[in-house]
Amino acid sequence: MRKLKEFVIEKFVLICGIASIFFVVLIFLFLLKEGLAVFKIAGPFKFLFGRSWYPISEPPQLGILPLILGSLLVTFGAAVISIPIGVGCAVYIAEVAPVKTKEILKAGIELLAAIPSVVLGFIGMVTLVPMVKNIFGIPTGLTALSGSIMLAFMAMPTIVSIAEDALYSVPKNYKEGAFALGATKWQMIWRVMLPAASSGILAAVMLGIGRVIGETMAVMMITGNAAVIPHSILVPVRTLTATIAAEMGEAVVGSEHYFALFAIGIVLFIISFAINVTADLFLHKRQR
Amino acid sequence: MEKKMIKKLLIILLALMITTPASGAKNKNSIQVKGSDTMVNLGQAWAEKFMESNPGDFVAVTGGGSGTGFASLISGTCDIAMSSRDIKAKEIALAKAKGIAPNEIKVALDGLAVVVNPSNPVDRLTLDQLAGVFTGKIINWKELGGKDERIVVLSREVNSGTHVYFKEHVLRKNDPDSREEFSPGALMLSSSQAIADEVAGNPSAIGYYGMGYISKNQKPVSIAKDESSEYEAPIIENVVNGKYPISRPLFVYTNGFPAGLVKKFVDFMLSKEGQDIVLVTDFVPVKR
Repeated sequence: MRKLKEFVIEKFVLICGIASIFFVVLIFLFLLKEGLAVFKIAGPFKFLFGRSWYPISEPPQLGILPLILGSLLVTFGAAVISIPIGVGCAVYIAEVAPVKTKEILKAGIELLAAIPSVVLGFIGMVTLVPMVKNIFGIPTGLTALSGSIMLAFMAMPTIVSIAEDALYSVPKNYKEGAFALGATKWQMIWRVMLPAASSGILAAVMLGIGRVIGETMAVMMITGNAAVIPHSILVPVRTLTATIAAEMGEAVVGSEHYFALFAIGIVLFIISFAINVTADLFLHKRQR
Repeated sequence: MEKKMIKKLLIILLALMITTPASGAKNKNSIQVKGSDTMVNLGQAWAEKFMESNPGDFVAVTGGGSGTGFASLISGTCDIAMSSRDIKAKEIALAKAKGIAPNEIKVALDGLAVVVNPSNPVDRLTLDQLAGVFTGKIINWKELGGKDERIVVLSREVNSGTHVYFKEHVLRKNDPDSREEFSPGALMLSSSQAIADEVAGNPSAIGYYGMGYISKNQKPVSIAKDESSEYEAPIIENVVNGKYPISRPLFVYTNGFPAGLVKKFVDFMLSKEGQDIVLVTDFVPVKR
């Protein structure tokens, strides 16, 4: 009887384990099946490097270069803002802050991670967008910069919590050794802790970026969604994710537009896969 | 790491699935109405009044865009599709393949208002000037007798029937061979309310939406067919007598000729009471 119970539970857990892999494979195959059909209409080169995105015209123009650049620009902006602040915050929490402050800060960061992105987008739309418009004196505040700032808030919790973990797991004797050699606290952090935790911090950064590039709702609400090739961070952009979200409702199933949106899904999949694998490599390097 | 990626993909896929929900239940006393965001308020007002006077009957109204409505009608997940544009040839073909025969019924008219910020001195435009602004040939308000400011062009997303109507009838002037497109720099906003908000806060913005969204925070522009015609304001009277040049029919589509509860509801829309509701929700009745 006990043996049977063990057997059933074991198999059940095994099925659970296989299920996730099974679903990924299914999803990926579905994406490929629906997405690759677009290349019958527009060649891969024309699709990836075309400069105009007019999906519902006859014939449709399906060039996603402006969308790719839009996504990359918003992500780059968010990275520039969130990495220094996030890593700084992690260092403060791990090394400097007294216990009480530490607890409050950690709770605060968890709270930041809990804000739904549509709420952040909405807040950004009514507060940040007019501010950006007035500060820079530009025609509209719905720009890549607004998106970057809002997304930086979203990347920060990921970066802080993983970077803090990395700093925390640096062996204590490194720190004690540094102090014994007469290093100041800053010298210890800068010369010992950060280099020792560098691979973990890089992983934190990659995961933060992964979160940003896949984000949809907030960017759709505050980046203006104009499919032009951006020449500065103060112009409206349209991202890959926002394009899928905004247009899927209309796309006639089985049309060029529909296939093109799935192909955008493949591009996004490849980008976030690359980012996650890079992060994984850094994390494993740390564990070795 | 992979898990995060899977989650992201699942979310994308879920979003796709949600756009065509399976309502399944085919109770005789319950119908599903789906489609045009422009018509959602109208549809809901109809449904409320209808259910009040016919207790026991149930009408559910949801939005999502005209294309979403057609997609659900074709997949059999709704009984009535609301649309602010004609059904496309491609959609008819898809419907026939699934054994659905879309039947068009005109239920109301909608005047499209072109709006600017109240502080903008420009208050009248010709259709040619409008086309110039929205295709990006006219880029400064100076060219239209306004201040020396860059024009911020606001448009709805491509999943909106309003977007399609405006492109075909204003940008392309009803010419099926025309290749005019919205300027790539046009900001694509996801709702009429978003356009209303941006116009209210931005002195150099111009946008378009159904007449119902005009408030004192935006100034509707009077439109003339050409320079020698009268400039007409977007008011109900001008839409009914056909003087205002940018107005469009609003449709509902059923599968074959309406029967049973669907017929009862469609008849209610076209009744005196139903058409009064059209007027109350800021649209223009087809029958007076």
